Amino acid sequence: MINYDEIIPQKIRDIQPSGIRKFFDIAQQVEGVISLSVGEPDFKTPWAARKEAITVLEKGRTAYTANAGLAQLRTEISKYLNNFIHVDYDPTSEMIVTVGGSEALDLAMRAMVQPGDEVLVPEPSFVCYSPIITVCGGTPVPIVMTVEDRFILRADALKAAITPKTKALILPFPNNPTGSVMRRGDLEKVAEVLRGTNIMVISDEIYSEMTYGGEKHVSIASLDGMRERTIVVNGFSKTYAMTGWRLGYCAGPQPVIKQMLKLHQYCIMSSPTVSQYAAITALTSCREDVDHMIEEYDMRRRLVVKGFNDMGLTCFEPEGAFYVFPCIKSTGMTSAEFCEKLIYSKKVAVVPGSAFGASGEGYVRVSYAYSVQHITTALSRIREFLEEMGH
Amino acid sequence: MNKKLLALLKQNARLTNAELSAMLGVSEQEVAAGIKQLEDEGIIIGYSAIVNEEKADDNAVTAIIELKVTPFKDRGFDDLAHTIMQYEEVDSVFLLSGANDLSITITGTSLRKVALFVSERLAVLDGVLSTTTHFVLRRYKEKNHVFNEEHSDERSLVSP
Repeated sequence: MINYDEIIPQKIRDIQPSGIRKFFDIAQQVEGVISLSVGEPDFKTPWAARKEAITVLEKGRTAYTANAGLAQLRTEISKYLNNFIHVDYDPTSEMIVTVGGSEALDLAMRAMVQPGDEVLVPEPSFVCYSPIITVCGGTPVPIVMTVEDRFILRADALKAAITPKTKALILPFPNNPTGSVMRRGDLEKVAEVLRGTNIMVISDEIYSEMTYGGEKHVSIASLDGMRERTIVVNGFSKTYAMTGWRLGYCAGPQPVIKQMLKLHQYCIMSSPTVSQYAAITALTSCREDVDHMIEEYDMRRRLVVKGFNDMGLTCFEPEGAFYVFPCIKSTGMTSAEFCEKLIYSKKVAVVPGSAFGASGEGYVRVSYAYSVQHITTALSRIREFLEEMGH
Repeated sequence: MNKKLLALLKQNARLTNAELSAMLGVSEQEVAAGIKQLEDEGIIIGYSAIVNEEKADDNAVTAIIELKVTPFKDRGFDDLAHTIMQYEEVDSVFLLSGANDLSITITGTSLRKVALFVSERLAVLDGVLSTTTHFVLRRYKEKNHVFNEEHSDERSLVSP
């Protein structure tokens, strides 16, 4: 009989299923759950983009595209980045259209990380970075971010984590799960540490349009001397509510993009053609839809933050993405206990902060990618839950 | 601020001033003042629940009745519209462009009552030339609220 244990390498078997997955299994067993747990927009893709996809299908445009993506799409992305983060990327040599931002992250790490390398991962953060680093033979090195620092990456924490083995830094802002953003001043300090090193930055800016308050998103790539050491990862999923279309992109210096493109070519060939056409329309004709969605998120954000603060679960003010990250330490429960009890007693699903790294313990992630009605119902159930727990 | 306030109230008039103040990033006093102003100016003329009549009352019937009428000299359609407005059964009265002149929505407790209302009350009014009655068979959406929202959220319960 075949021995799968010998076939599957230890490092693959050692990868833990994400804490989110475990919690999903619990949530699914409970009937009638109302969720504040999803990481995708509640809006539908803007109609113009959907219509373009229909038209393209009618015209029979179903073949592969160029490996790096449709030339027109790359040109539009280049214009967009120029306008949005004020960095110039050559659409023909410094850009790849990928299957979601996730593929871009995977490509970047596989192109750069080898056994013995360390990659710095600020935490709490999205769940995919460490497993990819591990599979590449690298070592993920978490850098703890705390609420006292608004969950941003501090320059001194970064400096302390750097060793001669450090290959890259993941910069996940606006951040999932905390909703924190790095403002220009915060990024300047980080850039100061990195300039003159041989460390690359993988800047995961998938939530960049969802930056609230007066100032817009700033990309580290736009700071002095940082373009040459940064891979910018972004995509259409969050900004244009296009999660299911699986379309993202990365932009960066040609010597790295060139290598990433080879990997992309061998494992993906080219990103979904219909999605690419729809994305051109998203970039060229859906600005109003995007502004509307962002305004909605911003209103809900303030509603949810106030809701948690009012019920005594202190919640730092998130300025990005569509998550809030209230602290539940005052209940005396762990994140996992809190979430399990909440789902069993009030049928509300929120995600334990511990699913996003050890430093997320004591917090829960609450998504506000839901209607106001849904949010107010869920909040009142959480309030009841706390009252019943004697909080 | 009042424009956004109005948009929020149109979608859900039961949001509390505290909730509205958080969403709009202004004080509760400002919200209260904004609502009062909208009411005083007659921009908000009332608040009512959007009811799924089929669930509330099995027999309830809603009909849209279109009328062709002769406008009165000097007073146009207003006189007749005002007369029709007086009936309690009448939910709404609109003046339309196009082939018909007035559109009326009425909800009755039975098909027969609606029919009688049309034949005995509306059709006989001075100036009414003809009536066309359309019974509502199913409601899908009203005032931006969807009825029978079964598969509205196809997203997974939990995702990263």
